[in-house]
Formats: sequence, C-alpha cells, structure tokens
Amino acid sequence: MLDKLKLPEHHYVNNGHGLKSWLLTKDHKRIAVMYLISISVMFFLGGLFAVGVRLELATPQGDFVTADTYNKLFTMHGVVMVFFFLIPSTPAVLGNFLIPLMIGAKDLAFPRINLLSLYIFWLGAIFFFYALFSGGVDTGWTFYTPFSSFSSNSNVIPTALGAFIAGFSSILTGLNFIVTIHRMRAPGLTWFRLPLFVWAHYATSLIQVLGTPVVAITLVLVFVERAFGFGIFDPTRGGDPVLFQHLFWFYSHPAVYIMILPALGVQSELISTFSRKIIFGYSFVAFSSLAIAMFGFIVWAHHMFVAGISTYSAMVFSFLSFSVAIPSAVKMFNWTATLYKGAISFETPMLYAYGFMGLFAIGGLTGLFLATLGTDIHLHDTYFVVAHFHFIMVGGAIMGYLGGLHFWWPKMTGRMYSEFLSRVSAITVFIGFNITFLPQFVLGYLGMPRRYHAYPDEFQVLNVMSSAGATVLAAGYALPVVYFIWSLWYGKVAGPNPWVASGIEWQTASPPPTENFTEPPHVHGEPYEYTPHVAREANLV
Amino acid sequence: MGSFFFPAQASTFAANVDALYLFIVATSSLFALAVCVAVIVFGVLYRRRHDGQVGARIEGNLPLELLWSIIPTMISMVMFGWGATAFFQMRTPPEEAMQLYAVGKQWMWKFQHLEGQREINELHVPLGRPIRVTITSEDVIHSLYFPSFRTKIDAIPGRYTQLWFEATQTGTFHIFCAEYCGTNHSRMIGQVVVMEPAAYQAWLAGATTEGTLAQRGERLFTDLACVSCHLDSGKGRGPSLQNIVGKSVELSDGSVVTVDEGYLRESIINSQAKLVKGFQPLMPAFQGLVNEDNLVALVEYVKSLSPAATTTAAAPSAPKTPPSPGEKK
Amino acid sequence: MSEAVAHGEVHAEAHGHAVHHPRLQHHFDTMAQQKEASTLGMWVFLLTEVLFFGGMFFAYFLYRTWYFDAFAEASRTLDIKLGALNTAVLIGSSLTMALAVRAAQTNESKAVVRWLIATMILGAVFLGVKVIEYADKFEHHHVPGAHFIWESEHAAPGGAAAGEHAAAEAAPAAPAHASTTHSSADLQRLTQIYFSLYFTMTGLHALHMIVGIGIMLVITWMAAKGSFSESYYTPVEITGLYWHFVDLVWIFLFPLLYLVERHN
Repeated sequence: MLDKLKLPEHHYVNNGHGLKSWLLTKDHKRIAVMYLISISVMFFLGGLFAVGVRLELATPQGDFVTADTYNKLFTMHGVVMVFFFLIPSTPAVLGNFLIPLMIGAKDLAFPRINLLSLYIFWLGAIFFFYALFSGGVDTGWTFYTPFSSFSSNSNVIPTALGAFIAGFSSILTGLNFIVTIHRMRAPGLTWFRLPLFVWAHYATSLIQVLGTPVVAITLVLVFVERAFGFGIFDPTRGGDPVLFQHLFWFYSHPAVYIMILPALGVQSELISTFSRKIIFGYSFVAFSSLAIAMFGFIVWAHHMFVAGISTYSAMVFSFLSFSVAIPSAVKMFNWTATLYKGAISFETPMLYAYGFMGLFAIGGLTGLFLATLGTDIHLHDTYFVVAHFHFIMVGGAIMGYLGGLHFWWPKMTGRMYSEFLSRVSAITVFIGFNITFLPQFVLGYLGMPRRYHAYPDEFQVLNVMSSAGATVLAAGYALPVVYFIWSLWYGKVAGPNPWVASGIEWQTASPPPTENFTEPPHVHGEPYEYTPHVAREANLV
Repeated sequence: MGSFFFPAQASTFAANVDALYLFIVATSSLFALAVCVAVIVFGVLYRRRHDGQVGARIEGNLPLELLWSIIPTMISMVMFGWGATAFFQMRTPPEEAMQLYAVGKQWMWKFQHLEGQREINELHVPLGRPIRVTITSEDVIHSLYFPSFRTKIDAIPGRYTQLWFEATQTGTFHIFCAEYCGTNHSRMIGQVVVMEPAAYQAWLAGATTEGTLAQRGERLFTDLACVSCHLDSGKGRGPSLQNIVGKSVELSDGSVVTVDEGYLRESIINSQAKLVKGFQPLMPAFQGLVNEDNLVALVEYVKSLSPAATTTAAAPSAPKTPPSPGEKK
Repeated sequence: MSEAVAHGEVHAEAHGHAVHHPRLQHHFDTMAQQKEASTLGMWVFLLTEVLFFGGMFFAYFLYRTWYFDAFAEASRTLDIKLGALNTAVLIGSSLTMALAVRAAQTNESKAVVRWLIATMILGAVFLGVKVIEYADKFEHHHVPGAHFIWESEHAAPGGAAAGEHAAAEAAPAAPAHASTTHSSADLQRLTQIYFSLYFTMTGLHALHMIVGIGIMLVITWMAAKGSFSESYYTPVEITGLYWHFVDLVWIFLFPLLYLVERHN
C-alpha cells in the first residue's frame, strides 16, 4: 500500500491511558480488547491441558501421569475451553467490538452492563483458578450426577460456581446484543440490510438468554446437593440422575450453537468480502441462523440415547436432530454458490474461511452418524464423538474466530500483521488439525471409549498419529501470538479499509474513534454491495 | 477379528450397523467432496486477476435453495429410518432370550448367570443364542459397551436398563465402560468370551456355584423374612408373588402398572412407591440393606415364580425349554 | 476517506451536543430510544429469569408426579395461613409498586418515595414471615441433609389429616436392621426431595426479593433527590417490572408448594 497512510490522531486506544482508563471504560471496543486478552490466556491454558492429555495418550499404558491427574486434565481442558474460551470467544471479542460498528451505533445499548459482564467473567475465572490451584476437578466438563454429587472428591463446587458465574457473563452479553440490535440500528439499516454477522449474533444471543439460565439452575441444584446434602439427583436420596442430563443438555446442546453460530456469521463476511460479491441467498443464510437456534432447543436428548430413555422418545429426538442438519447444509451451499463468479483472493482470512468450509463440512456431516440411532448406540461416548465435536468447535468455531480475528485485526489495531507468517499459520492449523482429529473417527468406530487414561494396545498407532498432529496444531496456534504482537508496533498501517470490504465498520477509521463514527452513518443500500465504483473508491485511499 | 477400520463383526447387529455406517460415510463423502471440489474449482477459476475486480451480482436462486434443502432432507430421512429400525431391533430382545444380570461398580463389572455363576470383568456367553442383560449400578452411572457387538447401554443407579445381543463369532472381545465414572474408568474393562454352546455348557458345569441365581434369591427371600408376609395363598400381609410377572396390578392410588424387573426392584427397596391396592404399607424399605447383586437374585427368584411369563430362567440342563422344576417353589 | 477519521469530541466523554436531557446517555439519540432499550432489556432479562426458575419447576413437576404422596404429606407441614398471608402481602406490594410507577409518571416525587418505601416494607414483611417459616423447619429437622428427620406422627402441626397415612405404627418384626418404621424410611428420602426443592425454590425467590429491595433502596434515594420526572422515570418502571415478576413467581410457588393436594 502507499506510505501516506497514517494512523488517525485520536482513536479509542489512545483516548485515555493507564490501567484505570481501561478497567473503568464503558467503550465496547476496549472491553472487547480486554476480553481478547482474557480469553487468549484461557485458550493457552486449556491448550496446555490438552497437551497433557495427548502426551498421556501417546502410550497405551497410562504411564505419563496418574489416572486422577489425567481425569483432571481432560476435565479442566473441557471446562476452560467451553466456558472460558469458546462461549465468549467470537461474541465477546468480535461481536462486542463490531456489532455497534456494523449497525452504526456509538456503543452497545448498556455499556456498563457490558463492562459488568467482563468483570463477572473474571470472577468466574477466579473461582476456576481457585479450583485449579487447590487440586483441580475430575468430573468431566459435563458434571454428570451422581458422580459429581457424592463420588468425586475433587473441587466440584468451585468449578461449578465458576461455570455458573461465567454463564451470567454470557447472559448479559446476549441481552446487550439483543437490545442493541433491536434499538440501536442506524437510520435506514433495516433488518434485511444487517450484515449476516449481526444476524448470527442475534440468533446466538437468543440462545444465551434462553439456554444459559437453565444450566445455571442445574449447577445450583448440583451445588445444593453436594454442599448441603439436599437430595435432587442422587438416587440414594430418591433423586433421578438422568434428570440432570435432561436439564444439562437442554442448555448444553444449544450451547454448541452459541459457539458455532457466531463463527458461521464470520464465515459469511469473509466469503463475501474476499470474493467481492453479494452473499448468495442472503435471507436463507439469515434465517438458517435463527432456525439453527430454534431447532437447537429440541434435540437435547440425542445425548442420551443410551441413558435409558424410552425407545420411542429416542426415535423422536433422532428425527428432530436431523432438522438441525438442514439449515447448516443450506449455509454451506450458499457460501459455495457465493464463490461462483466471484473475484476471489486468498489473503489469510480467506485461507481460514476455506479451511472452515472443509472442517465444518466434516464436523457437520459426522453429526449425522450420531443423530442416526443405529450408529449412535455404537459410537456414543467413543472417540468418534470426541472427533466430531472437535471438528465443530475447533475446526468450526476456532477457525471462524481466528479468521475473523485476522480479518478485523487491522480494524481493531490499525495495523497489518505479517501476511507470510499468518498464511503459514493458517495452513499449519489446518493440516495439524486434520492429523490430530481424523484418526479419532477411526478410533471411535473401533470402539475406544472417551476419557480413557489407558487403553488396549491395538489403539496405539492411531493415538500416536493424533498426538503427533496435536504438536503441529500447537505450533500453528502459537504463531499468531508472535506476529499479532509484532504487528502492534511494526505492522504496516492498514488504513480504514484494507480489504476493500463493503460493511460500514470499514467506513470509519482504523482504529475507530471512541464514538465509532464522526458522522452518524445513514444506510441506503443493500449489504455486500461490491460495485466497480466501490472498489475504485477504496483503492484511491 | 477386526480390521483397521472396523472392530470384529461378532453379533447379529454388527453387519447392519456397519452397512448403515458405510451408507452414511458414502453419502456424506459425496456431499463433502462436492462442496470441496466446487470451492476449489471456483477458487481457481474465479481468482481475482486485478485489484479493482469485483464479483458478479447474483442475489440468489429460489429453486436452487429448495433443491439443496429438500434433497438433504430426503437423504437424512433414509438415515433416520434405517437407524431407527436398527435401534428398535437392538432395544427389543426376543422372547426366548437367555437372561443375564450385570452390575456396574467403581470400577468393575459383575455378571451373574441364572445358573448361579458369578463373574467379574469377564463374561462367558454361548454362540448363536440371544442374550438379554439386565443392568444396574451400585454407585455412579456406568455404561456397558460391547464394541464388537455394536451395542451399549448405561448402567444407572436406582433403576434397571437392558440390552441384548446374539453373538455370531466365537472368541474373546472387549467389554468397556463407556460412561466416565471416576479414577479407574479406563480400567473398568473386561472381556466377553463367546463359546460354542457345548463348551459353554461345560464351562457352566465346571464352575462352582452356590446353586442357581433363583435359588440364591430364594434363600435371601427366607433370610430377609419376605416369606412370612408374601404367602402363596394370597392371604398374607403382602400380595402373593405367584405368577405376577407380566401381569397388570392396580395400585392404591388407582393407577395400574405392569409387573416387570424394574417394578420388582423398586418395590423391594421402596415398597411404598407403588403399593398394590388392598394392602397396607407394612413392608420395610430395603434401600441400602440389600446390595444390587442380591436384589438381582431376589428379582430373579420372584420371576421364577411366574413360569408362564418368563422363559428366561433356563437351567443348565435345558437351555431352550421353560424352567426346570427345581427352580420353582 | 480521511474525513471519516475522527477529530474533536474524542476526548469529550460528556455530551457536547446541543440541548440534551441531562439523563440522556451519550450513545443514545433520543430519550425515547433510551427508554425503549432499557425496557426491552428488562423484558429480555425476565425471559432469562423465567427459564432460570423453569429448570426448577421442571424438576418439581417430575418428582411431584413420581412421589405425589410424599409431596402431599410433606406439604402438610407448611402453614397455609402464613403462605396465604405472604401471598396477600406480595400482591399488596405489587399494588404499591404500580402506584410508585404511576406517581413517577405524574411527577410526584414525594409520592414515589412513599410508595417505594411501602413496597419495601411489604417485601420485608414477606421475608420476615419466611424467616419464621424457615425457623420452624430447622426446629423440626425438616431441612434436608444429614440432620433431616421425617416422622409421620408429627407430620401435621396444623391438625391436617395424619390419619389415613399414619399406618406407621405397625412395624413388622422382620428385619432387625430396619429400626425405623417403614414409612419413615421411605418418606425420609422422598420428603427430603420435596424439602430440597422447597428450600431451593423459595430460597432463590427470597434472594430475588432481597436484590429487589436493594435496587429499590437506590431508586428511592434517587427519587428523593428528585431524579425522576415525567420525561425520565425508566428506572422506576423497570424496577417495577422486576418486582412484578418476582411476585408472579410466588404466585406459582404458593399453590405448588403449599397446596399440593388441596385441589384433589
């Protein structure tokens, strides 16, 4: 680009200095940055636990750590990754930063509540760290009763409270987004002119608001059972342990969509921007997000096909589970069609978007094996399930999050990162991911159960492959830390719209001023308009 | 035994499940491949050639949207139908199935044969005969998993679940606990030994036992003084237990239940829960006083009092005929 | 594009623009927008609350269906008179809350303060009665946990029918270990579930009331300062929404917990 590009004189980062100006800020952009730092720490902590798990599984005997330590490793890997990384990831960082910019608002509807949600998140994390440093927890992130009620002698209570508290952070974020999207849109920005990123976050927020309280109360019930000896789920006290699973999955299945829907929103933005083309079937993509959010609430019992539920209710839930597959497939097809006759370029975010297409396709399609009753009975609680949800949550959600982070990084910081290193990273992540998790599908079908510290010898070859892939994957994840931090000082100045994207967040400076826009934007046209005129104008910068 | 991609096909379900699995693999691969090829071809064909280039303006296409919604829906319905049929078969044990009991406990599997043999982490079964396993747990939730039979079910404390299979291959196959249950979850494994029927009979005869399971139950029935109220005449303080299994009984609150294993178990540990009409709630609750192994024996004894309804109490000498007289009261 | 870059105002946290209502926050354009946003926010929050309590109601209905007799028997230890009194108190507090909102709309700051204080007093009365009820439960060892004791004999302090269920006395001589009577052994477990749910549900409800009273203290203080007027009374209004919701939860809790078998 040309050298005349300069960072704006005043922007949200230099508007106020010192720790206090950050900790007491009400600016959604600064809160997003603090979320970014927080969840990055949690991501690498969770990654560390995963490294421990993969090291242990490199040999069948279970000789690297004790069984108890292994159980704690995978539990804390799950708890950290689900409650403290994946659920906040795209919404709390990218959504927080971008939704007001995308709808032409000065801030979220409730800036103080936004800050509060960050503090609640930290409070939840403190409970988790307390549990970690006083010996960890070994129930699995699912806290299944009655194991969590009386059998486990680890720190179930602080961990459950940590997850409970972090849940309220998620609820408040969702509430804030819903109200913001309803009430804060710029003049002319009708619902069907909203970027699909915003649609996806709207759907996500609905799940956060409707689902999270149910898991919150479920964890409260586990808490009172364990702490005060109240009988709720414990069968020796007349309770029903399977009731816990119903309540838990009523939230935790939709929670999967809290993690993946925002990434689907990112994907729509990336595909459209880097093929410079209006999104194919806008309303189908928008409504498929809502459909996924809705259907997500009626499929929970597919986690319980072998938990003794009746044959007929299993059939009903199997049938319903296929209903989630359709809107996901519709999205995939629409993105593919968007590429047709595009003007496609492969900067790093687009590499992530391409990687996402492949991994999310596999993740989604392998869900069919688990929705189908005949195969699920065999595959339930095996490594097939582990591979499936990692394809969705790592291959889908994290690829989407990283793609989005690379895409909007110049908007957030005003600077470009090293394009070469970032491409290396994107490709490394993709390859490492596949080597790690593809063998696990085979392991699952061979019958290796999940959460096994030691395993029969015949599974070793595939486990070694998986552990080797994890090493590659770890390298791929570490690299962005280097070039992102480097870019903060030495990166090329990006200018307002380095990708020649069409969204209104690109019309303001990078980094944006505290109140986002100097002139309140008015929206006249459809989203994703790439006319030659737009392109020419952007290149004149 | 198994191959690199498949465990051994050692039950009547296995071939069908594997075929269904391959069907989904094939259709999924077709879709994944179509999308991947399209994405790569478009990426090459429509790559940006100069800076100012923009894509064509194509807003969408309704017939296409309908097409790619309806076709996947139809294909997924095939998966659903096939999967549900297979599942229904897995959940419906044949009438003549041979009965076994399994109890999960941190961290072992305990199996009891009707003939009285008890095994830990090892299960001997005959080839070519449907086997119904009734399962519960003494502590937390476990899951009894036979990968080579392609079936599993959770062992849930406080209730009975069941699965069935018919082995089609002799040999030794894995038993796993599939539901995480604490420290030694990964050591809660064992093996199922499928034997030729004759070898199985020999094995049964060779093992020392304390009588059949029903006989052990009968001894408990006397020791726990059940016998003093549950008189066969029906005039005791408790209902007669003759020929009750499979029957419907009216309860004190007017509702009706069918007597099955789950109801028998519940009535022993918590007699009040579903009290038979016309009887006083006099029976002690045996919650915590009888362990799951003994509950199984008691249930099996009561079942043996209903020879018409239960063809399962087969004695070693007569594998496929109704129970031998020795097992009846 | 450089025009788009922000100048000025960036440092101005305060609102440098023309005539603004002093209560208008900088990121809203109009008071109407601000009010709509706040109200919608509270409705969405209440939606969350519905599902929060919903999980417990689900558990309640499941166990009530399974263990109806135990639930009925356990519920007889609750004092319906106290429950009814509390129901009346809470409905009354909803009325005073509504009057406070009405007073705020019509610019009567003093009346707002008066009605809010009345609401808080009624809320405190409710909590006081709850304390009495809880104390009674502690006294009779009806708090679930290690010290929980269920004895059918003094099941009904209110004199309600203990008769038809009190077949307890005829303990059969049989097993030596079963020292307790048959029904207390069963009921010990099943009534405990009832009381577990009772304490969790009413406890969380009471916690919501305490939070509500805390919020009202702040609102009352603001009202006393004269912060509210007909053009700005959103805080009073959304506090009212919250309070009505908490009342509504009790309207469900009362029949479910106190009147388990009265409708049969």
